[in-house]
Amino acid sequence: MQKTVSLTVNGKPATATVEGRTLLVQLLRENLGLTGTHVGCDTSQCGACVVHVDGEAIKACTLLAVQAEGRNVLTIEGVADGDTLHPMQEAFRNNHALQCGFCTPGMVMSALDLVKNNPKPTEKEVREYLEGNLCRCTGYHNIVLAIIEGATVMRGETPPVAPHGPAHGVAAE
Amino acid sequence: MYEFDYHRPTSLDDAAGRLSDEDAKLVAGGMTLIPTLKLRLAKPTQLIDLGALPGLTGITEDGDSVVIGGMTRHADVNRSEVVKRVVPALAAMAGLIGDPAVRNRGTIGGSIANNDPAADYPAGVVALNATVRTNKREIAADDFFTGLFETALEPGEIVTAVRFPKVAMANYQKFRNPASRYAIVGVFVARTSAGVRVAVTGAGASVFRVPAMEAALTASFTADAIKDIAIPDDGLNSDIHASAEYRAHLVTVMARRAVAACG
Repeated sequence: MQKTVSLTVNGKPATATVEGRTLLVQLLRENLGLTGTHVGCDTSQCGACVVHVDGEAIKACTLLAVQAEGRNVLTIEGVADGDTLHPMQEAFRNNHALQCGFCTPGMVMSALDLVKNNPKPTEKEVREYLEGNLCRCTGYHNIVLAIIEGATVMRGETPPVAPHGPAHGVAAE
Repeated sequence: MYEFDYHRPTSLDDAAGRLSDEDAKLVAGGMTLIPTLKLRLAKPTQLIDLGALPGLTGITEDGDSVVIGGMTRHADVNRSEVVKRVVPALAAMAGLIGDPAVRNRGTIGGSIANNDPAADYPAGVVALNATVRTNKREIAADDFFTGLFETALEPGEIVTAVRFPKVAMANYQKFRNPASRYAIVGVFVARTSAGVRVAVTGAGASVFRVPAMEAALTASFTADAIKDIAIPDDGLNSDIHASAEYRAHLVTVMARRAVAACG
């Protein structure tokens, strides 16, 4: 049974015709071409598909597209301001918080959800919050540093220099 | 996932009426059902989404108890100032379910209606001597959970709320599977006006109480009072994560930790 779903994605109205069983992540990737939201495990464990629905982090592989009717969805594509990265994205770059990058969109979306509820998270709180986001490259260390730095910048404060020094710009010297 | 007809009723009567189709299924937060559908372990003809029904979400204080709407999410229970004041151990327990994104969708009603043997809520509902409200009646916690994925809910019956009485002291300790975050064994201990209640999840086919521990703790509410009480491993769950014997051992360990954490 086909259904038409109307929702807001990254601030713009979107409409798609889907089946009842179509997942939100399929609607985003296949109907709207927003492939920044990834499908990793497809079992709601890995967190590569995390998006915000009405301002809260959810796993887009475990929500039916029809359940997003009328909702406001934010994906990784809607986070930056034009060509200017969001402070959280910039912090991931600064801290070399990604290697293959597959988990990164979900990590950034979860990080933003954490900071919304807890603007000044401790390292322990960051690590606990990431329990639903798996990364198989980095060992999480730099992701945690990035989220703390991103939160600091989002509070309008100047972050301390990252322990490894700023990653970007080093190669150019 | 097999195809199904999706419905989003806006009245409880409409939702309950659709359950006359015995192959129809309700979806609350979907954190268990959607993965089950993906694995083709269920093949409902209709999926009836409770998400648009009015009056099923929210947390209210009612005299000496707190009433949590059936569609209230784990994240809301975890953050609720009312729950933290009336039954703080329940708020803490809700914060141990799944992960943050799962807690933003999963609901109390969905969890208890599904009655997964490793779910957390059944232990809280039983230990705290809660009452389950449905569109038809009220069901005492001790009568609600009847077996593996089985409850006292009848066809057409929908959980609308759960009422938890204020508790003097309670704590939940969970030995969790690090991948799924489900309880390998979880023990909820509550010191209520009607005596001590000890409810165990994860270990058996469904949540169960441990009368020997309850009697010992009612006489002396100390972790030492139950250190020599072992539960038999007959019939306990056994899988690649933990043997029945290990689960039986964990019940006593988690129960002692819960009592100690009550302070």
